[in-house]
Amino acid sequence: MAKKGKPKLAVWKFASCDGCQLSLLDCEDELLAVVGALEIANFPEASREVTKGPYDLSLVEGSITTAHDAERIHQVRRVSKVLVTIGACATSGGIQALRNFQDVKRYVPLVYAHPEYIETLNKSTAIADHVKVDFELRGCPISKKQLIEVLSAFLIGRKPVLPNYSVCMECKRRGTVCVMVAAGIPCMGPVTQAGCGAICPSYYRGCYGCFGPKELPNTESLSTWWKRLGRADADIVQAFRSFNAYADAFRKESEAHER
Amino acid sequence: MKDKKPIKDGTIRVDYLARVEGEGSLYVKVKNGKVADLQFRIFEPPRFFEAFLRGRNFREVPDITARICGICPIAYQMSSSQALERALGVRITGPLRDLRRLIYCGEWIESHVLHVYMLHAPDFFGYPSAVHMAKDHPDAVVRALRMKKLGNDLMTVIGGREIHPVNVTVGGFYRAPKKRELTPLLDELHWARTAAVDTVRLVAGLNFPDLDVDYEFVALSHPDEYAITDGRLVSNRGLDIDVAEYEEHFEELHEEHSHALRSAIKGRGNYAVGPLARFNLNFEKLGTMEKDLARDVGCVPPVTNPFKSIVVRSLETLHAINESIRLIETYEEPERSMMTVVPKAGTGCGCTEAPRGICWHRYSVDATGVIQNAKIVPPTAQNQKTMESDLRAFVEKHIELPKGELTWRCEQAIRNYDPCISCATHFLKLHLEVCP
Repeated sequence: MAKKGKPKLAVWKFASCDGCQLSLLDCEDELLAVVGALEIANFPEASREVTKGPYDLSLVEGSITTAHDAERIHQVRRVSKVLVTIGACATSGGIQALRNFQDVKRYVPLVYAHPEYIETLNKSTAIADHVKVDFELRGCPISKKQLIEVLSAFLIGRKPVLPNYSVCMECKRRGTVCVMVAAGIPCMGPVTQAGCGAICPSYYRGCYGCFGPKELPNTESLSTWWKRLGRADADIVQAFRSFNAYADAFRKESEAHER
Repeated sequence: MKDKKPIKDGTIRVDYLARVEGEGSLYVKVKNGKVADLQFRIFEPPRFFEAFLRGRNFREVPDITARICGICPIAYQMSSSQALERALGVRITGPLRDLRRLIYCGEWIESHVLHVYMLHAPDFFGYPSAVHMAKDHPDAVVRALRMKKLGNDLMTVIGGREIHPVNVTVGGFYRAPKKRELTPLLDELHWARTAAVDTVRLVAGLNFPDLDVDYEFVALSHPDEYAITDGRLVSNRGLDIDVAEYEEHFEELHEEHSHALRSAIKGRGNYAVGPLARFNLNFEKLGTMEKDLARDVGCVPPVTNPFKSIVVRSLETLHAINESIRLIETYEEPERSMMTVVPKAGTGCGCTEAPRGICWHRYSVDATGVIQNAKIVPPTAQNQKTMESDLRAFVEKHIELPKGELTWRCEQAIRNYDPCISCATHFLKLHLEVCP
């Protein structure tokens, strides 16, 4: 059904919850325009028809957690002209990267009745640890607006314009009173990259870091503030250890408070 | 041309099932016109939620369990919150309970419309996807997108965003929405009511492949409403238990060809959860409009053809829309958005109706509110054995079909359950292959 000349889009899934690729189907207002501009060549969640590669644009969701997937991502790279990773799993290993902090031996008693049926690696890692990635889209989940920006930029042939400043900027812009300053609620906003629109503080809770570390985050200073608000080292470890736990800056800060 | 002929001896393979959430495959071996081997295999990599929930604070659980599934995060947030509230001795009532039902209706609308139009309907109309379908049926697809958006909007207003909402917590919500935030949705809900009726009429007129199964249906049941957020667990074969008794009656099995555990009723075997189970067990609790429409289109209990789940899902969508209208019109802002929750040692179970069926959780916490252990049973794991038995029955009944068509019908038979493979796979206990 492809018109000649339409760029071919592929969507790939690794270990994930499917939410980021669902974001594409959740672009209800833009979806028909997107499929008008791009050929959906390989998107199993949406279509049983698969067109052979190579693909002009690949969106990759999920992290690498099995030996099989560590191989498969190289095949995906080979058939993709431009490869964009979407979401916290693909860009930092996701929530399943919490296993990366565990001593393997401690988990032995938890081994399942039939461990021989299960294959898994001892670390969950970002796509960029395995292949060259052309662009990363952060978030747990990604922002639909940012996804449309990436698709538009790709179609026009320019670089996507996305912020690398903190969630604080978004709070100020939407006029949300700072929950940390005004109400003493610990917030990850100062070290977290913008993109969600600063949702959590507008619901009277602290940001919990879905978009991962901003550029040059001062995590140490934030931890000091959290302690002034009465939070213990253990709380700080958990705050940095969630959906982007294995992103460098967050990982280092959590490790600094571990002992 | 092989695909045009029936198979007498041979295999049906679908290596990567399309239009389901997650990664699964299908393998059927036919010998002398009989099914010799059949595997619905889940190869989605395990993510071990139950392992890493240990040691986390109870407050974090709804945020973490949401990430099991991007399609039904509310189901995980609601079941885990309820389980922890039971462990900590808190009961949610009044406007907070209504808000929970309302955001859950949003998820039902979003998920059901996604499945009915974008994942399931293309099978009945003979298209590979809804995008292909849009060329010939633009009105239906545009209507679907608008309905789906409404479900997402409901979740966004109450939850902050549609995927992994941020506002749900143990004891209630971080912030209760103002009435004036909800009422602007009413106009669109009234439009959607008509759209949902049209949807029911559209899908009720489809051709359904022939298959009738004598299921044991399991669903929540509530005396006053079509159960979504709580109730007792009941079945059409006499089960009637508190959700805390679940493990006395159900067991989980681990089989070689799958990365998911599969559930069974002890002593009886497989059972079915989801729209058909709810509809057959709780039909009387639907609204008059849904019941009249169901009778009018000839879809009344007992519905035992799994392909008709598309009609039931559409009727449930109408119910969720009508409930949303009622809940918004009667909403009164609560004085406090969140009940006081004091950590103490305990164990609690929770169960709610995800769009695909019951989603059951159990947690134990210590005196400081730290999770000691967790168990999560998602709906797709519970349906897995039933999906396989449906497939076996379907293949044997329709063995005369050309291979290509039979393969497609088998995929459709799996999609009857709207399987969420990402969910089904999250919960295996940890086995680590140590890499250098």
